[in-house]
Amino acid sequence: MSVAHSGSADARRSGQFVGVIFVFIVLLVIAAVIGHLTLPGLAPVWHFLGAHPILNALVKAVVYVSFIALLVLFLIWWERKFAGWLQARLGPKHVGPQGMLQTLADALKLITKEDITPAVADRPLFYLAPFVVFVPTVLTFMVLPLGPHWIAQDLNVALLYVIAISSMTATGIMAAGWGSNNKYSLLGGVRAVAQLLSYEVPMVMAVLSVVTFVGGLSMRHIIDYQAQNGWLILKWPLIPAFLIFLIAALAELNRTPFDLPEAESELVSGFHTEYSGMRFAFFFLAEFANNFFSAGFAVALFFGGYLGPILPGIVWFILKTFVLITLMMWIRWTVPRLRIDQMMGLCWKLLVPLSLVVFILAAAWASR
Amino acid sequence: MLAVPTEYYLALSAILFTIGVIGVLIKRNPIVIFMCIELMLNAVNLTFIAFGRHFAQINGQMYVIFVMAVAAAEVTVGLGIIVAVFRTKDTIDVDEVNLLKF
Amino acid sequence: MQAAFFGVIAFLSILSAILMVMNRNPVRSALFLVANFALLAVLYLTLAAQFIAAVEIIVYAGAIMVLFLFVLMLLSLGASHALRERGGLQPLVAIILGLIFLASLSAAGAIGTLGPGQATPQWVKNGGTVKAIGTALFDPRLPWLFPFEVTSILLLVAVVGAIVLAKRRV
Repeated sequence: MSVAHSGSADARRSGQFVGVIFVFIVLLVIAAVIGHLTLPGLAPVWHFLGAHPILNALVKAVVYVSFIALLVLFLIWWERKFAGWLQARLGPKHVGPQGMLQTLADALKLITKEDITPAVADRPLFYLAPFVVFVPTVLTFMVLPLGPHWIAQDLNVALLYVIAISSMTATGIMAAGWGSNNKYSLLGGVRAVAQLLSYEVPMVMAVLSVVTFVGGLSMRHIIDYQAQNGWLILKWPLIPAFLIFLIAALAELNRTPFDLPEAESELVSGFHTEYSGMRFAFFFLAEFANNFFSAGFAVALFFGGYLGPILPGIVWFILKTFVLITLMMWIRWTVPRLRIDQMMGLCWKLLVPLSLVVFILAAAWASR
Repeated sequence: MLAVPTEYYLALSAILFTIGVIGVLIKRNPIVIFMCIELMLNAVNLTFIAFGRHFAQINGQMYVIFVMAVAAAEVTVGLGIIVAVFRTKDTIDVDEVNLLKF
Repeated sequence: MQAAFFGVIAFLSILSAILMVMNRNPVRSALFLVANFALLAVLYLTLAAQFIAAVEIIVYAGAIMVLFLFVLMLLSLGASHALRERGGLQPLVAIILGLIFLASLSAAGAIGTLGPGQATPQWVKNGGTVKAIGTALFDPRLPWLFPFEVTSILLLVAVVGAIVLAKRRV
């Protein structure tokens, strides 16, 4: 290996970096244009569609599902690119500009693949499980405030709704692990559900600490509070609350260091071992959509959501969310996997007591 | 205001409760018997909430909160007992677990 | 419209309850029960109990039923281990007894009348919100505060009991 050779590789990598940043900026500009257009220009269209409740709901559903699909395509590309940089390689670069269409190619491959069902599978459960995992994920996006006018439904119990709906995912994972009738799937499913149930406790406590400050469960309420009083992360009891939320979110998303349910070295790939083709794609879609949702939820709770100067709200929201997602990816590609007893110990012996203390502190601080 | 009369909710609740009772009598798997008991508890919750709305009282919903807390405690301990029985006897058939029977 | 909606939900919940009881495979009965609880949560929403509906999903569908499934999978009690159901006359007797029970419930219900509903639109809007529940729960003038605190001890005892039962060697 000559020095000159590695130098040229470095140069190529930095060239790639510039290219990816450029792609990023182009996407943000597109988002900004759409964000601006929606406010005044398309108002009559929205009004027409909003007049009929069922039509309104249908349009929103279609918009959100396609938004999630596009987002996931982008996120997968970004994750592979970012992982490449962290490991001093290039990541995908052949299909499309900067390899952007690689995910699309992969998706096409997944769609055309044979959909294999194990002979011993519990068929109804095996077939239903990917959708039971995917549907709650889409439903949680309903209350996510993407911008000042970009919230599908502003429920007054939005936070409760998010917790309730996202806990339905456990049933789907359980059905997948059981329905596959495979010991690796079953172990992965059991681990995933134990993890989901345990880490829900500190996560809910962290969210409750936010609620004690805001005094409301509606998303708009939380954002309005932050518009008047500054980001909630700046209130000191909420800094540990955010860290607890981040760790719990990583665990809920089954991402390294908490990816025991799909630990490749021990469980093949956990509860989706037996899945292929479109059904596997649904698990994948749900995973990345959940990732975006968790980051977006954290942004709305702690980082002022769509609030920010000059640029339209949706751009701020997406920027902040992507910073947080990148942080999660950074953790994922840096930290090794925990052991299962270490993971449960971390939750029950450290995070749960800590979150209770943080909750008490936050309540005391908020009611000063 | 009441588009659906409260009596309909009560009838539904009675039917669900009866299904739970029949399940408890028929089933031999204690886990399924437990599920039937949960169904009965939920049927009762439905009555509480229906009455609560009928009389514009919050008390019905309060009772439901306590029922849920008790149900959660009951399920935790009950499932623990079932796991312990399975470990010692290798079966959980309620007809086989009869050591306390006179 | 509302009556039709109620009819559909009620029919589906009765159907899922019957399927839950009839199914031989306990994992599937558990999933039917999850469906039943989700439908009941929808009914709670129509009864102006938003908070209870959310808690129903969190506690029952999200935690209790997952616990059931967890134990079923831990003990591997699937279709291959489906227990022999009681044969002979017992199911028939059970169903007859159940119907007699239902008949007596209806007879008891037919004795009095409920009178007109007292829920005002204002109450329907605010009756079941988190705020209403919270203020009623922690109001010292109402009888709910002490039982609520006792509930926490009950849950603590349940947690300790579950650990004692589940641990092989204490």
